Amino acid sequence: MLSPHIVRAYDHELAELGNRIASMGGLAERMVDEAMAALVNADTDLARKVIADDATLDEGQRWIDDQAILMIARRQPMADDLREILGAIKIAADLERVGDLGKNIAKRVVAVTEVRQPVQLFRGLEALTTLALTQLKQVLDVYASREVSTIGFVRSRDEEIDAMYTSLFRELLTYMMEDPRNISPCTHLLFCAKNIERIGDHATNIAETVYHVVTGEMLPMDRVKVDKSHQIVIRESPEE
Amino acid sequence: MKSQMGRAADVIDILAARELANVLPDPVILIDGYGAARYANPAAIASFGTIRVGTLLQHRFRSPEMQQLLMNALRTKSSGEIEYSERVPIERVFLISIQPLQSESGIFLVHFKDQSETRRIDRMRADFIANASHELRTPLASISGFIETLRGPAKDDAKARENFLQIMQAQTARMARLIDDLLSLSRIEMKPHTRPQQKVELGGLLSGLLETMSHLAKDYNVAINFTPPDAPIVVAGDRDELIQVFSNLLENACKYGQQGERVEVSLKVGRGTGPEATICFRDFGPGIAEEHIPRLTERFYRVDVEKSRVRNGTGLGLAIVKHILTRHAGRLTIHSTPGEGSTFCVHLPLS
Repeated sequence: MLSPHIVRAYDHELAELGNRIASMGGLAERMVDEAMAALVNADTDLARKVIADDATLDEGQRWIDDQAILMIARRQPMADDLREILGAIKIAADLERVGDLGKNIAKRVVAVTEVRQPVQLFRGLEALTTLALTQLKQVLDVYASREVSTIGFVRSRDEEIDAMYTSLFRELLTYMMEDPRNISPCTHLLFCAKNIERIGDHATNIAETVYHVVTGEMLPMDRVKVDKSHQIVIRESPEE
Repeated sequence: MKSQMGRAADVIDILAARELANVLPDPVILIDGYGAARYANPAAIASFGTIRVGTLLQHRFRSPEMQQLLMNALRTKSSGEIEYSERVPIERVFLISIQPLQSESGIFLVHFKDQSETRRIDRMRADFIANASHELRTPLASISGFIETLRGPAKDDAKARENFLQIMQAQTARMARLIDDLLSLSRIEMKPHTRPQQKVELGGLLSGLLETMSHLAKDYNVAINFTPPDAPIVVAGDRDELIQVFSNLLENACKYGQQGERVEVSLKVGRGTGPEATICFRDFGPGIAEEHIPRLTERFYRVDVEKSRVRNGTGLGLAIVKHILTRHAGRLTIHSTPGEGSTFCVHLPLS
């Protein structure tokens, strides 16, 4: 770990790598938040900005990959330094995917908001986004603070996100059955919900990487999958 | 006289920066030329949690503007200022300024000015109007419909008039309840970032609450079972707000679990991320279908709109519960099996 007093060139390179991860994280968080805001407020300008921002994120990942390879070649790092560098590569890849998913939501803004949609259509998706963003933020906060003892929250959050996603899936299906005109926006919203759910999974991945970087051990795996959306079907006759 | 002044000046000269920062009400973090934290004052720790020496500020505050600000300031040893906002888990907005210290130490001072309250008041106004107008329109439409009927077709029908007036009274009562709930939700939303510090003993609080709510249980014909624990269980919190949480949950349990004829309240110490008090309200009613559970705390989310209206629900009770618990660093967990009843548990960290 970086000690506050000894700063050699090598430490400086490691710190720079961490800084890039942090700035990628900040941008990815921002993109998801803004993509969702663009969707709810039918703000196509904001959506375009999110799509443009993705290039910066891709560039960040490339930089981290290049730099990491250079460092491994030049410094022959061992133990925790090596984990730090490999961790950076993995986290950068996850963050880049988060950005892609955010961009994908932004791309759907025009299609969803062509016709003004009622707010209630977005409420569930907003709640899901809040959950996923909270998880991403907490995970990145742990990357900054290295307090891995608190990382257990990721599990329960992931379960919450999956349960919420299943519920949302059902709700959107109901809207589609009510009125065929809802099919087009709701299909897009289903993809948006799936994207958000994936963002939660990437946050979990990052949590596992951070845990490994800090402790050198694998985060014990006992994930319960509660995403049951694959089981949902439309019944010919209603249940009640 | 002069020597006294001289002494005072000496005292000022040797006063450590740490002592000054310790008593500042605003968060202050001192960083070195790499952006690594060297000192965080108590206000900063209260706002952002522990910030270890050596933690890079770029990592903790990740917005693109903050990255830019830190990079510029550290590179050119200049000062700067940005607005920084966090949306989750609680919305917060800070005005962050960074200043290099005059000395040769290479230390920068980062100062956070909390703007959340002003921002929240603005938002609250907009939200309140949007939510209230939407939810008030339904009872209002029904009242105006009845007025129209009373002035026209039912003008001379004494029996219908009595009936309509009764409905109108129920509708106005509903509007009044809705406004009460909206106001208390807005009040809680306004200050969610400061964690209340009062010491509250939960066993006594619950016993007292159950007594004052016994008439309600009687109305619903529900028996409430509660055995207070032997040892007192104390949490840091706001007494009135916690009472609101428990009474909302208890009322729900009686209301929606009426057919089970009993409600079990329990209080014990458990472990979450740390030691915590767990208060559960268990009813034996029809239960809640799985797909609704994650969404129950959303504003105006109702499992069954008609049933909720009949039972005087405003759709805000659990939203209020969730907001109060967020402010207390607590959680609400809900378990339910359709046909067997539901359990709502409040988890509060022990003080």
